[in-house]
Amino acid sequence: MTIETKDFTASELLCVMSARALEDGQVVFAGVGIPLLAATLAQRLHAPGVTILFEGGTIGPHVVPGQLPPTTNEQRCTRKANMLVSITEVLLLLQRGYVDVGFMGGAQIDQYGNLNSSFIGSADDPSVRLPGTGGGNDISSLTRMIVAMPQEKRRFVENVDFITSPGYIRGGTSRRDSGLIAGGMYRVVTDLAILGFDEETGRMRVEALHPGVTPEKVQENTGFELIMDSSVGTTELPTEEELAALRHLDPDKIYTA
Amino acid sequence: MRWEQGANARPAVMEKNVTQEYLSLRERTQARDRSLRDKVMTLEEACDFVADGEHVSLGGSTASRTPFAMVWALIRARKKNLSFSRSIVSTEGDLIFASGIGNHILTSWFSQGIVWGVSRVMRHFTENRLARFEEWSHMSIGLRFRAGAMGVPFMPMRSMMGSDVAGQLDNLEEMTCPFTGEKILLVPALNPDVALIHVQRCDPYGNAQLDGLTFMDIDMAMAANRVIITTERIISNDQIRRRPDQTRIPFFTVDAVVEAPYGCAPHECFGVYEPLFSHMDYYAELTRKEPMQGVKTYLDEYCYAPKSWTEYLNLIGLDKLLDAARRGRSIYDD
Repeated sequence: MTIETKDFTASELLCVMSARALEDGQVVFAGVGIPLLAATLAQRLHAPGVTILFEGGTIGPHVVPGQLPPTTNEQRCTRKANMLVSITEVLLLLQRGYVDVGFMGGAQIDQYGNLNSSFIGSADDPSVRLPGTGGGNDISSLTRMIVAMPQEKRRFVENVDFITSPGYIRGGTSRRDSGLIAGGMYRVVTDLAILGFDEETGRMRVEALHPGVTPEKVQENTGFELIMDSSVGTTELPTEEELAALRHLDPDKIYTA
Repeated sequence: MRWEQGANARPAVMEKNVTQEYLSLRERTQARDRSLRDKVMTLEEACDFVADGEHVSLGGSTASRTPFAMVWALIRARKKNLSFSRSIVSTEGDLIFASGIGNHILTSWFSQGIVWGVSRVMRHFTENRLARFEEWSHMSIGLRFRAGAMGVPFMPMRSMMGSDVAGQLDNLEEMTCPFTGEKILLVPALNPDVALIHVQRCDPYGNAQLDGLTFMDIDMAMAANRVIITTERIISNDQIRRRPDQTRIPFFTVDAVVEAPYGCAPHECFGVYEPLFSHMDYYAELTRKEPMQGVKTYLDEYCYAPKSWTEYLNLIGLDKLLDAARRGRSIYDD
Protein backbone atom coordinates (compact mmCIF):
# COMPACT_ATOMS: atom_id res chain seq x y z
CA MET A 1 0.00 0.00 0.00
CA THR A 2 1.26 3.48 -0.82
CA ILE A 3 -0.25 6.86 -0.04
CA GLU A 4 -1.54 6.93 -3.63
CA THR A 5 -4.14 4.34 -2.62
CA LYS A 6 -6.19 7.15 -1.09
CA ASP A 7 -7.31 5.15 1.91
CA PHE A 8 -7.02 8.46 3.71
CA THR A 9 -6.93 12.11 2.74
CA ALA A 10 -3.76 14.21 2.70
CA SER A 11 -5.13 16.11 5.72
CA GLU A 12 -5.67 12.86 7.60
CA LEU A 13 -2.11 11.79 6.87
CA LEU A 14 -0.87 15.19 8.02
CA CYS A 15 -2.89 14.91 11.19
CA VAL A 16 -1.68 11.40 12.10
CA MET A 17 1.96 12.24 11.39
CA SER A 18 1.69 15.44 13.43
CA ALA A 19 0.10 13.61 16.35
CA ARG A 20 3.02 11.14 16.34
CA ALA A 21 5.46 14.05 16.68
CA LEU A 22 4.10 14.75 20.18
CA GLU A 23 5.36 12.86 23.22
CA ASP A 24 3.43 11.82 26.31
CA GLY A 25 3.77 14.29 29.15
CA GLN A 26 4.54 17.30 26.99
CA VAL A 27 2.91 20.70 27.38
CA VAL A 28 1.76 21.63 23.88
CA PHE A 29 0.55 25.06 22.79
CA ALA A 30 -1.76 24.19 19.89
CA GLY A 31 -3.09 26.50 17.21
CA VAL A 32 -6.40 26.09 15.43
CA GLY A 33 -6.97 23.53 12.66
CA ILE A 34 -4.73 20.48 12.22
CA PRO A 35 -2.64 21.23 15.37
CA LEU A 36 -5.74 21.34 17.60
CA LEU A 37 -6.98 18.10 16.07
CA ALA A 38 -3.58 16.35 16.07
CA ALA A 39 -2.88 17.24 19.71
CA THR A 40 -6.32 15.89 20.65
CA LEU A 41 -5.60 12.76 18.61
CA ALA A 42 -2.26 12.26 20.40
CA GLN A 43 -4.13 12.43 23.74
CA ARG A 44 -6.34 9.57 22.60
CA LEU A 45 -3.51 7.40 21.28
CA HIS A 46 0.08 7.25 22.49
CA ALA A 47 0.16 10.41 24.59
CA PRO A 48 -2.78 10.59 27.04
CA GLY A 49 -0.68 12.82 29.29
CA VAL A 50 -0.26 15.61 26.74
CA THR A 51 -1.38 18.92 28.24
CA ILE A 52 -2.87 21.21 25.62
CA LEU A 53 -2.80 24.97 25.92
CA PHE A 54 -5.12 27.04 23.72
CA GLU A 55 -4.56 30.69 22.95
CA GLY A 56 -8.02 31.66 24.21
CA GLY A 57 -6.79 30.92 27.74
CA THR A 58 -7.37 27.19 28.28
CA ILE A 59 -5.05 24.92 30.23
CA GLY A 60 -5.37 21.16 29.75
CA PRO A 61 -8.67 20.66 27.86
CA HIS A 62 -10.02 17.51 26.21
CA VAL A 63 -11.99 18.48 23.11
CA VAL A 64 -15.24 16.53 22.70
CA PRO A 65 -15.38 14.30 19.57
CA GLY A 66 -17.61 15.81 16.89
CA GLN A 67 -17.57 19.21 18.64
CA LEU A 68 -14.35 20.65 17.27
CA PRO A 69 -14.04 24.38 17.90
CA PRO A 70 -13.77 26.66 14.85
CA THR A 71 -11.18 28.82 16.64
CA THR A 72 -9.19 28.42 19.86
CA ASN A 73 -11.40 30.94 21.66
CA GLU A 74 -14.79 29.22 21.94
CA GLN A 75 -16.26 27.41 24.92
CA ARG A 76 -15.72 24.16 23.01
CA CYS A 77 -12.01 24.70 23.70
CA THR A 78 -12.58 24.62 27.45
CA ARG A 79 -14.14 21.16 27.86
CA LYS A 80 -12.64 19.11 30.69
CA ALA A 81 -9.92 21.74 31.15
CA ASN A 82 -7.96 22.22 34.36
CA MET A 83 -7.99 25.98 34.33
CA LEU A 84 -9.10 28.99 32.34
CA VAL A 85 -6.91 32.10 32.31
CA SER A 86 -6.72 35.27 30.24
CA ILE A 87 -5.12 35.32 26.79
CA THR A 88 -2.20 37.33 28.16
CA GLU A 89 -1.58 34.81 30.97
CA VAL A 90 -1.63 31.77 28.70
CA LEU A 91 0.77 33.42 26.24
CA LEU A 92 3.06 34.43 29.12
CA LEU A 93 3.41 30.72 29.97
CA LEU A 94 5.38 30.46 26.71
CA GLN A 95 7.66 33.29 27.77
CA ARG A 96 8.12 31.84 31.26
CA GLY A 97 9.21 28.52 29.71
CA TYR A 98 6.43 26.12 30.71
CA VAL A 99 5.76 24.93 27.16
CA ASP A 100 7.57 22.04 25.42
CA VAL A 101 6.12 22.40 21.94
CA GLY A 102 4.38 25.14 19.99
CA PHE A 103 2.25 23.50 17.35
CA MET A 104 0.90 25.52 14.42
CA GLY A 105 -0.32 25.38 10.83
CA GLY A 106 1.28 27.53 8.17
CA ALA A 107 0.29 29.31 4.96
CA GLN A 108 3.84 29.92 3.63
CA ILE A 109 7.24 28.77 4.98
CA ASP A 110 10.80 29.29 3.81
CA GLN A 111 14.20 27.55 3.92
CA TYR A 112 14.85 28.90 7.44
CA GLY A 113 11.43 27.95 8.79
CA ASN A 114 10.08 31.50 8.79
CA LEU A 115 6.29 31.55 8.46
CA ASN A 116 4.18 34.12 6.63
CA SER A 117 0.50 34.55 7.40
CA SER A 118 0.32 38.31 6.78
CA PHE A 119 0.92 39.34 3.15
CA ILE A 120 1.29 37.66 -0.24
CA GLY A 121 3.44 40.08 -2.22
CA SER A 122 4.97 43.14 -0.58
CA ALA A 123 3.54 44.57 2.61
CA ASP A 124 3.29 47.95 0.86
CA ASP A 125 1.12 46.69 -1.95
CA PRO A 126 0.08 43.11 -1.26
CA SER A 127 -1.73 40.92 -3.75
CA VAL A 128 -3.43 39.27 -0.77
CA ARG A 129 -3.80 40.54 2.78
CA LEU A 130 -3.86 37.41 4.95
CA PRO A 131 -5.45 37.29 8.44
CA GLY A 132 -2.18 37.90 10.33
CA THR A 133 -0.15 36.44 13.17
CA GLY A 134 -2.64 35.80 15.94
CA GLY A 135 -0.42 34.12 18.54
CA GLY A 136 1.86 32.66 15.87
CA ASN A 137 4.60 35.23 16.29
CA ASP A 138 4.64 34.81 20.08
CA ILE A 139 4.59 31.01 19.94
CA SER A 140 7.39 30.74 17.37
CA SER A 141 9.45 33.41 19.15
CA LEU A 142 9.24 31.73 22.53
CA THR A 143 9.27 27.94 22.21
CA ARG A 144 10.32 24.91 20.16
CA MET A 145 8.02 24.66 17.16
CA ILE A 146 6.30 21.95 15.17
CA VAL A 147 4.50 23.17 12.06
CA ALA A 148 1.93 21.07 10.16
CA MET A 149 1.19 22.07 6.56
CA PRO A 150 0.72 20.57 3.10
CA GLN A 151 3.89 20.49 1.02
CA GLU A 152 3.43 22.53 -2.16
CA LYS A 153 5.92 24.60 -4.12
CA ARG A 154 3.90 27.80 -3.68
CA ARG A 155 3.87 27.29 0.10
CA PHE A 156 7.55 26.24 0.46
CA VAL A 157 9.40 29.27 -0.86
CA GLU A 158 13.06 30.27 -0.65
CA ASN A 159 12.32 33.40 1.37
CA VAL A 160 8.86 34.31 2.64
CA ASP A 161 7.37 37.62 1.50
CA PHE A 162 6.99 38.68 5.14
CA ILE A 163 8.26 37.10 8.35
CA THR A 164 5.13 36.89 10.49
CA SER A 165 6.39 34.10 12.78
CA PRO A 166 10.17 33.80 12.96
CA GLY A 167 12.07 30.59 12.32
CA TYR A 168 15.83 30.97 11.98
CA ILE A 169 15.28 34.35 10.21
CA ARG A 170 18.28 34.55 7.83
CA GLY A 171 20.00 31.44 9.15
CA GLY A 172 23.18 31.09 11.16
CA THR A 173 22.98 33.05 14.40
CA SER A 174 20.49 35.64 13.10
CA ARG A 175 17.62 34.40 15.27
CA ARG A 176 19.64 34.65 18.46
CA ASP A 177 21.17 37.96 17.35
CA SER A 178 17.67 39.39 16.91
CA GLY A 179 17.01 38.82 20.61
CA LEU A 180 15.15 35.51 20.28
CA ILE A 181 17.42 33.50 22.56
CA ALA A 182 15.04 30.60 23.27
CA GLY A 183 13.05 28.17 21.12
CA GLY A 184 13.16 27.77 17.36
CA MET A 185 11.85 25.61 14.55
CA TYR A 186 12.07 21.90 15.33
CA ARG A 187 9.92 19.99 12.84
CA VAL A 188 7.74 20.68 9.81
CA VAL A 189 5.28 17.84 9.26
CA THR A 190 3.85 17.67 5.74
CA ASP A 191 1.81 15.22 3.70
CA LEU A 192 5.06 14.10 2.02
CA ALA A 193 7.76 14.13 4.69
CA ILE A 194 9.03 15.06 8.13
CA LEU A 195 11.41 17.99 7.90
CA GLY A 196 13.89 19.37 10.41
CA PHE A 197 16.59 22.05 10.44
CA ASP A 198 20.38 22.01 10.23
CA GLU A 199 21.82 23.17 13.55
CA GLU A 200 24.57 25.29 11.98
CA THR A 201 22.88 26.99 9.04
CA GLY A 202 19.24 26.86 10.18
CA ARG A 203 18.26 25.48 6.75
CA MET A 204 15.49 22.94 6.21
CA ARG A 205 16.46 19.28 6.06
CA VAL A 206 14.51 16.10 5.27
CA GLU A 207 14.29 13.87 8.35
CA ALA A 208 12.03 11.13 6.92
CA LEU A 209 9.84 10.44 3.90
CA HIS A 210 6.30 9.13 4.09
CA PRO A 211 5.70 5.68 2.53
CA GLY A 212 5.70 5.76 -1.28
CA VAL A 213 7.20 9.27 -1.44
CA THR A 214 10.47 9.61 -3.37
CA PRO A 215 13.18 12.17 -2.53
CA GLU A 216 12.52 13.69 -5.97
CA LYS A 217 8.86 14.22 -5.21
CA VAL A 218 9.64 16.09 -1.98
CA GLN A 219 12.18 18.28 -3.78
CA GLU A 220 9.75 18.93 -6.67
CA ASN A 221 7.19 20.23 -4.20
CA THR A 222 9.67 22.60 -2.56
CA GLY A 223 10.73 26.01 -3.89
CA PHE A 224 14.31 25.77 -2.58
CA GLU A 225 16.96 23.10 -2.22
CA LEU A 226 16.38 20.80 0.74
CA ILE A 227 19.22 19.22 2.67
CA MET A 228 18.66 15.50 2.13
CA ASP A 229 20.78 12.55 3.23
CA SER A 230 20.79 9.59 0.82
CA SER A 231 20.03 7.27 3.75
CA VAL A 232 16.91 9.19 4.83
CA GLY A 233 14.36 6.91 6.50
CA THR A 234 10.67 6.26 5.94
CA THR A 235 7.73 6.80 8.28
CA GLU A 236 5.07 4.15 9.02
CA LEU A 237 1.69 4.36 7.30
CA PRO A 238 -1.22 5.57 9.42
CA THR A 239 -2.71 2.59 11.22
CA GLU A 240 -6.39 1.67 11.26
CA GLU A 241 -6.47 2.57 14.94
CA GLU A 242 -5.08 6.04 14.25
CA LEU A 243 -7.48 6.70 11.39
CA ALA A 244 -10.47 5.40 13.34
CA ALA A 245 -9.65 7.64 16.30
CA LEU A 246 -9.18 10.61 13.99
CA ARG A 247 -12.49 10.06 12.19
CA HIS A 248 -14.23 9.70 15.53
CA LEU A 249 -12.89 13.14 16.52
CA ASP A 250 -13.72 14.86 13.22
CA PRO A 251 -16.73 13.01 11.77
CA ASP A 252 -17.83 16.08 9.80
CA LYS A 253 -14.32 16.50 8.34
CA ILE A 254 -14.06 20.12 9.45
CA TYR A 255 -10.27 19.89 9.46
CA THR A 256 -9.58 16.67 7.52
CA ALA A 257 -11.53 17.02 4.26
CA MET B 1 17.58 43.65 5.38
CA ARG B 2 14.09 42.47 6.07
CA TRP B 3 13.74 44.66 9.11
CA GLU B 4 14.48 47.77 7.05
CA GLN B 5 12.26 46.62 4.24
CA GLY B 6 9.39 46.30 6.72
CA ALA B 7 10.16 49.62 8.39
CA ASN B 8 9.84 51.39 5.04
CA ALA B 9 6.31 50.13 4.60
CA ARG B 10 4.47 53.13 5.99
CA PRO B 11 0.81 52.75 6.89
CA ALA B 12 -1.82 54.27 4.64
CA VAL B 13 -3.68 55.70 7.63
CA MET B 14 -1.91 57.79 10.26
CA GLU B 15 -1.06 56.19 13.56
CA LYS B 16 -3.29 57.30 16.40
CA ASN B 17 -1.40 57.78 19.64
CA VAL B 18 -3.19 55.73 22.26
CA THR B 19 -0.49 55.94 24.91
CA GLN B 20 -1.40 58.74 27.25
CA GLU B 21 0.71 60.97 29.43
CA TYR B 22 0.48 59.69 33.01
CA LEU B 23 -0.84 62.73 34.85
CA SER B 24 -3.50 63.46 32.22
CA LEU B 25 -4.52 59.79 32.33
CA ARG B 26 -4.89 60.05 36.11
CA GLU B 27 -6.75 63.34 35.86
CA ARG B 28 -9.28 61.81 33.49
CA THR B 29 -9.78 58.95 35.93
CA GLN B 30 -10.03 61.25 38.95
CA ALA B 31 -12.61 63.38 37.14
CA ARG B 32 -14.94 60.43 36.60
CA ASP B 33 -17.92 59.97 38.93
CA ARG B 34 -16.73 56.84 40.73
CA SER B 35 -19.65 56.62 43.15
CA LEU B 36 -21.94 53.59 43.50
CA ARG B 37 -24.80 54.76 41.27
CA ASP B 38 -27.32 53.37 38.80
CA LYS B 39 -25.94 53.39 35.25
CA VAL B 40 -28.61 51.38 33.44
CA MET B 41 -29.53 52.76 30.02
CA THR B 42 -30.41 51.73 26.48
CA LEU B 43 -28.00 50.83 23.68
CA GLU B 44 -28.87 54.12 21.99
CA GLU B 45 -28.15 56.15 25.14
CA ALA B 46 -24.84 54.32 25.67
CA CYS B 47 -23.72 55.50 22.21
CA ASP B 48 -23.32 58.97 23.74
CA PHE B 49 -20.32 57.64 25.65
CA VAL B 50 -18.44 57.19 22.35
CA ALA B 51 -17.40 60.39 20.55
CA ASP B 52 -16.37 60.54 16.90
CA GLY B 53 -12.63 60.09 16.44
CA GLU B 54 -12.08 58.12 19.64
CA HIS B 55 -10.25 54.83 20.17
CA VAL B 56 -12.58 51.98 21.10
CA SER B 57 -11.42 48.61 22.46
CA LEU B 58 -13.64 45.57 22.05
CA GLY B 59 -13.80 42.76 24.61
CA GLY B 60 -13.91 39.06 23.82
CA SER B 61 -11.93 37.36 21.07
CA THR B 62 -12.82 36.18 17.56
CA ALA B 63 -16.40 34.88 17.78
CA SER B 64 -16.57 34.84 21.58
CA ARG B 65 -18.21 37.44 23.85
CA THR B 66 -18.04 39.98 21.04
CA PRO B 67 -19.89 43.15 22.16
CA PHE B 68 -21.96 42.83 18.99
CA ALA B 69 -25.04 44.71 20.19
CA MET B 70 -22.96 47.78 21.10
CA VAL B 71 -21.00 47.73 17.80
CA TRP B 72 -24.37 47.35 16.03
CA ALA B 73 -25.66 50.40 17.91
CA LEU B 74 -22.57 52.49 17.03
CA ILE B 75 -23.06 51.62 13.35
CA ARG B 76 -26.72 52.67 13.54
CA ALA B 77 -25.69 55.88 15.32
CA ARG B 78 -23.46 56.61 12.26
CA LYS B 79 -20.36 57.29 14.34
CA LYS B 80 -17.31 58.56 12.45
CA ASN B 81 -13.51 58.17 12.42
CA LEU B 82 -13.36 55.70 15.27
CA SER B 83 -10.31 53.49 15.64
CA PHE B 84 -10.59 50.08 17.23
CA SER B 85 -8.48 47.47 18.98
CA ARG B 86 -9.25 43.86 19.88
CA SER B 87 -7.22 40.72 20.56
CA ILE B 88 -8.64 39.01 17.45
CA VAL B 89 -11.21 40.55 15.11
CA SER B 90 -13.99 38.60 13.38
CA THR B 91 -16.98 39.82 11.36
CA GLU B 92 -17.51 42.91 13.52
CA GLY B 93 -14.34 44.21 11.82
CA ASP B 94 -15.91 43.78 8.39
CA LEU B 95 -18.97 45.71 9.56
CA ILE B 96 -16.87 48.49 11.12
CA PHE B 97 -15.00 49.06 7.85
CA ALA B 98 -18.00 48.63 5.56
CA SER B 99 -20.32 50.88 7.59
CA GLY B 100 -17.68 53.62 7.64
CA ILE B 101 -17.66 54.14 11.42
CA GLY B 102 -13.93 53.33 11.55
CA ASN B 103 -11.04 52.83 9.16
CA HIS B 104 -8.35 51.63 11.55
CA ILE B 105 -8.30 48.36 13.49
CA LEU B 106 -5.42 47.24 15.70
CA THR B 107 -5.45 43.46 16.15
CA SER B 108 -3.44 40.24 15.80
CA TRP B 109 -5.76 38.35 13.44
CA PHE B 110 -8.66 39.48 11.27
CA SER B 111 -11.21 37.21 9.54
CA GLN B 112 -14.46 35.52 10.57
CA GLY B 113 -12.65 32.32 11.66
CA ILE B 114 -10.20 29.93 10.03
CA VAL B 115 -12.90 27.52 8.83
CA TRP B 116 -14.50 30.32 6.77
CA GLY B 117 -11.24 31.41 5.10
CA VAL B 118 -9.83 34.90 4.66
CA SER B 119 -12.35 37.76 4.94
CA ARG B 120 -12.98 39.22 1.47
CA VAL B 121 -14.26 42.41 3.05
CA MET B 122 -11.07 42.88 5.11
CA ARG B 123 -9.08 42.17 1.93
CA HIS B 124 -11.03 44.76 -0.08
CA PHE B 125 -10.45 47.52 2.47
CA THR B 126 -6.80 46.76 3.25
CA GLU B 127 -5.57 45.87 -0.24
CA ASN B 128 -7.16 49.03 -1.66
CA ARG B 129 -5.77 51.10 1.23
CA LEU B 130 -9.21 52.25 2.25
CA ALA B 131 -8.58 51.20 5.82
CA ARG B 132 -5.74 50.02 8.01
CA PHE B 133 -5.34 46.67 9.73
CA GLU B 134 -2.51 47.39 12.18
CA GLU B 135 -1.04 43.99 13.03
CA TRP B 136 0.56 43.29 16.43
CA SER B 137 1.37 39.93 17.99
CA HIS B 138 -1.36 38.60 20.23
CA MET B 139 0.72 38.80 23.42
CA SER B 140 1.92 42.31 22.65
CA ILE B 141 -1.69 43.53 22.53
CA GLY B 142 -2.35 41.82 25.87
CA LEU B 143 0.71 43.44 27.41
CA ARG B 144 -0.25 46.84 25.99
CA PHE B 145 -3.63 46.61 27.77
CA ARG B 146 -1.86 45.36 30.89
CA ALA B 147 0.54 48.31 30.89
CA GLY B 148 -2.50 50.56 30.44
CA ALA B 149 -4.20 48.84 33.39
CA MET B 150 -1.08 49.16 35.54
CA GLY B 151 -0.57 52.87 34.90
CA VAL B 152 2.92 52.31 33.48
CA PRO B 153 4.01 53.55 30.02
CA PHE B 154 5.24 50.24 28.57
CA MET B 155 5.87 46.54 29.15
CA PRO B 156 8.99 44.57 28.26
CA MET B 157 8.58 41.34 26.29
CA ARG B 158 10.61 38.73 24.40
CA SER B 159 8.64 37.98 21.22
CA MET B 160 8.19 39.91 17.92
CA MET B 161 11.89 40.82 17.69
CA GLY B 162 13.46 39.95 14.32
CA SER B 163 10.07 39.66 12.61
CA ASP B 164 8.49 41.88 9.97
CA VAL B 165 5.47 42.30 12.28
CA ALA B 166 7.72 44.46 14.46
CA GLY B 167 9.35 45.99 11.38
CA GLN B 168 5.97 47.38 10.28
CA LEU B 169 5.36 49.22 13.55
CA ASP B 170 6.84 52.53 14.55
CA ASN B 171 5.85 52.71 18.21
CA LEU B 172 8.14 49.95 19.47
CA GLU B 173 11.56 50.17 21.07
CA GLU B 174 14.27 47.60 21.60
CA MET B 175 16.48 48.05 24.62
CA THR B 176 19.30 46.31 26.39
CA CYS B 177 18.16 45.07 29.79
CA PRO B 178 20.10 47.05 32.43
CA PHE B 179 20.25 43.98 34.70
CA THR B 180 21.10 41.11 32.31
CA GLY B 181 22.34 42.76 29.13
CA GLU B 182 19.73 40.86 27.09
CA LYS B 183 17.92 42.41 24.16
CA ILE B 184 14.28 43.10 25.06
CA LEU B 185 11.31 44.72 23.29
CA LEU B 186 9.21 47.47 24.85
CA VAL B 187 5.56 47.86 23.84
CA PRO B 188 3.63 51.01 24.77
CA ALA B 189 0.59 51.11 27.06
CA LEU B 190 -2.79 51.13 25.38
CA ASN B 191 -5.38 53.21 27.25
CA PRO B 192 -8.47 53.27 25.04
CA ASP B 193 -10.95 56.11 25.27
CA VAL B 194 -13.74 53.54 25.61
CA ALA B 195 -13.96 49.78 26.14
CA LEU B 196 -17.05 47.82 25.09
CA ILE B 197 -17.39 44.58 27.05
CA HIS B 198 -20.21 42.03 27.05
CA VAL B 199 -20.74 39.89 30.16
CA GLN B 200 -23.15 37.26 31.45
CA ARG B 201 -24.24 39.24 34.55
CA CYS B 202 -23.90 42.78 35.84
CA ASP B 203 -25.63 44.86 38.51
CA PRO B 204 -27.06 48.36 37.83
CA TYR B 205 -23.85 49.93 39.20
CA GLY B 206 -21.52 48.10 36.81
CA ASN B 207 -20.21 45.24 38.95
CA ALA B 208 -19.67 42.74 36.14
CA GLN B 209 -19.37 38.98 36.46
CA LEU B 210 -17.80 36.94 33.67
CA ASP B 211 -18.01 33.20 33.14
CA GLY B 212 -15.48 31.20 31.18
CA LEU B 213 -12.69 32.73 29.15
CA THR B 214 -11.89 36.32 30.15
CA PHE B 215 -9.63 37.06 27.14
CA MET B 216 -8.11 40.56 27.69
CA ASP B 217 -11.28 42.08 29.15
CA ILE B 218 -10.17 42.71 32.73
CA ASP B 219 -7.00 44.59 31.77
CA MET B 220 -8.97 46.39 29.05
CA ALA B 221 -11.58 47.61 31.56
CA MET B 222 -8.88 48.85 33.94
CA ALA B 223 -6.95 50.55 31.11
CA ALA B 224 -9.90 52.35 29.51
CA ASN B 225 -11.02 55.89 30.27
CA ARG B 226 -14.65 54.79 29.94
CA VAL B 227 -16.35 51.37 29.95
CA ILE B 228 -19.70 50.36 28.50
CA ILE B 229 -20.93 47.00 29.78
CA THR B 230 -23.60 45.13 27.87
CA THR B 231 -24.97 42.17 29.77
CA GLU B 232 -27.14 39.12 29.19
CA ARG B 233 -29.04 40.08 32.34
CA ILE B 234 -28.98 42.70 35.06
CA ILE B 235 -28.85 41.26 38.56
CA SER B 236 -29.24 43.00 41.90
CA ASN B 237 -26.35 44.38 43.91
CA ASP B 238 -27.41 41.92 46.65
CA GLN B 239 -26.66 39.05 44.26
CA ILE B 240 -23.24 40.55 43.55
CA ARG B 241 -22.50 40.85 47.28
CA ARG B 242 -23.35 37.16 47.84
CA ARG B 243 -20.49 36.14 45.47
CA PRO B 244 -18.08 39.07 45.25
CA ASP B 245 -15.33 36.62 44.25
CA GLN B 246 -17.13 36.25 40.92
CA THR B 247 -16.99 39.98 40.14
CA ARG B 248 -14.26 40.62 37.58
CA ILE B 249 -14.84 44.28 36.69
CA PRO B 250 -15.50 46.74 39.55
CA PHE B 251 -18.31 49.28 39.28
CA PHE B 252 -16.12 52.40 39.44
CA THR B 253 -14.49 51.56 36.10
CA VAL B 254 -17.90 51.35 34.42
CA ASP B 255 -19.92 54.24 32.95
CA ALA B 256 -22.90 52.53 31.31
CA VAL B 257 -24.78 49.26 31.83
CA VAL B 258 -27.07 47.98 29.08
CA GLU B 259 -29.15 44.82 29.24
CA ALA B 260 -28.74 43.16 25.85
CA PRO B 261 -29.88 39.53 25.77
CA TYR B 262 -28.10 37.56 23.06
CA GLY B 263 -25.87 40.62 22.88
CA CYS B 264 -23.05 38.69 21.14
CA ALA B 265 -25.24 37.14 18.42
CA PRO B 266 -24.25 35.77 15.95
CA HIS B 267 -21.18 35.14 18.11
CA GLU B 268 -20.87 33.20 21.36
CA CYS B 269 -21.47 34.03 25.01
CA PHE B 270 -19.84 31.38 27.22
CA GLY B 271 -22.34 29.04 28.85
CA VAL B 272 -25.32 30.92 27.41
CA TYR B 273 -25.10 30.32 23.66
CA GLU B 274 -22.57 29.02 21.15
CA PRO B 275 -21.93 30.79 17.82
CA LEU B 276 -24.88 30.80 15.42
CA PHE B 277 -22.95 28.76 12.87
CA SER B 278 -25.59 28.72 10.13
CA HIS B 279 -25.88 32.52 10.27
CA MET B 280 -22.08 32.80 10.07
CA ASP B 281 -22.10 30.41 7.09
CA TYR B 282 -24.73 32.66 5.49
CA TYR B 283 -22.59 35.76 6.02
CA ALA B 284 -19.48 34.04 4.61
CA GLU B 285 -21.42 32.94 1.51
CA LEU B 286 -22.96 36.40 1.07
CA THR B 287 -19.53 38.10 1.07
CA ARG B 288 -17.55 35.46 -0.81
CA LYS B 289 -18.11 36.46 -4.45
CA GLU B 290 -19.14 40.10 -4.20
CA PRO B 291 -17.71 41.19 -0.84
CA MET B 292 -18.80 44.82 -0.97
CA GLN B 293 -22.27 44.15 -2.31
CA GLY B 294 -22.64 41.29 0.15
CA VAL B 295 -21.64 43.24 3.22
CA LYS B 296 -23.80 46.20 2.14
CA THR B 297 -26.80 43.89 1.82
CA TYR B 298 -26.01 42.47 5.24
CA LEU B 299 -25.72 45.92 6.84
CA ASP B 300 -29.01 47.04 5.29
CA GLU B 301 -30.83 43.91 6.29
CA TYR B 302 -29.43 43.32 9.79
CA CYS B 303 -28.08 46.68 11.04
CA TYR B 304 -30.15 49.49 9.54
CA ALA B 305 -33.56 47.89 8.90
CA PRO B 306 -34.49 46.49 12.33
CA LYS B 307 -36.12 48.96 14.71
CA SER B 308 -34.57 47.40 17.81
CA TRP B 309 -32.12 44.75 19.02
CA THR B 310 -35.13 42.50 19.61
CA GLU B 311 -36.17 42.92 16.00
CA TYR B 312 -32.60 42.09 14.92
CA LEU B 313 -32.77 38.87 16.93
CA ASN B 314 -36.15 38.15 15.37
CA LEU B 315 -34.57 38.48 11.91
CA ILE B 316 -31.82 36.04 12.85
CA GLY B 317 -34.56 33.64 13.87
CA LEU B 318 -35.86 31.96 16.99
CA ASP B 319 -34.87 28.49 15.76
CA LYS B 320 -31.23 29.54 15.38
CA LEU B 321 -31.17 31.30 18.75
CA LEU B 322 -32.70 28.32 20.54
CA ASP B 323 -30.28 25.92 18.88
CA ALA B 324 -27.31 28.12 19.87
CA ALA B 325 -28.67 28.41 23.43
CA ARG B 326 -29.10 24.64 23.72
CA ARG B 327 -25.51 24.11 22.59
CA GLY B 328 -24.29 26.95 24.82
CA ARG B 329 -25.89 25.66 28.01
CA SER B 330 -24.86 22.07 27.26
CA ILE B 331 -21.41 22.60 28.80
CA TYR B 332 -23.12 22.56 32.20
CA ASP B 333 -24.96 19.29 31.45
CA ASP B 334 -22.07 16.78 31.76
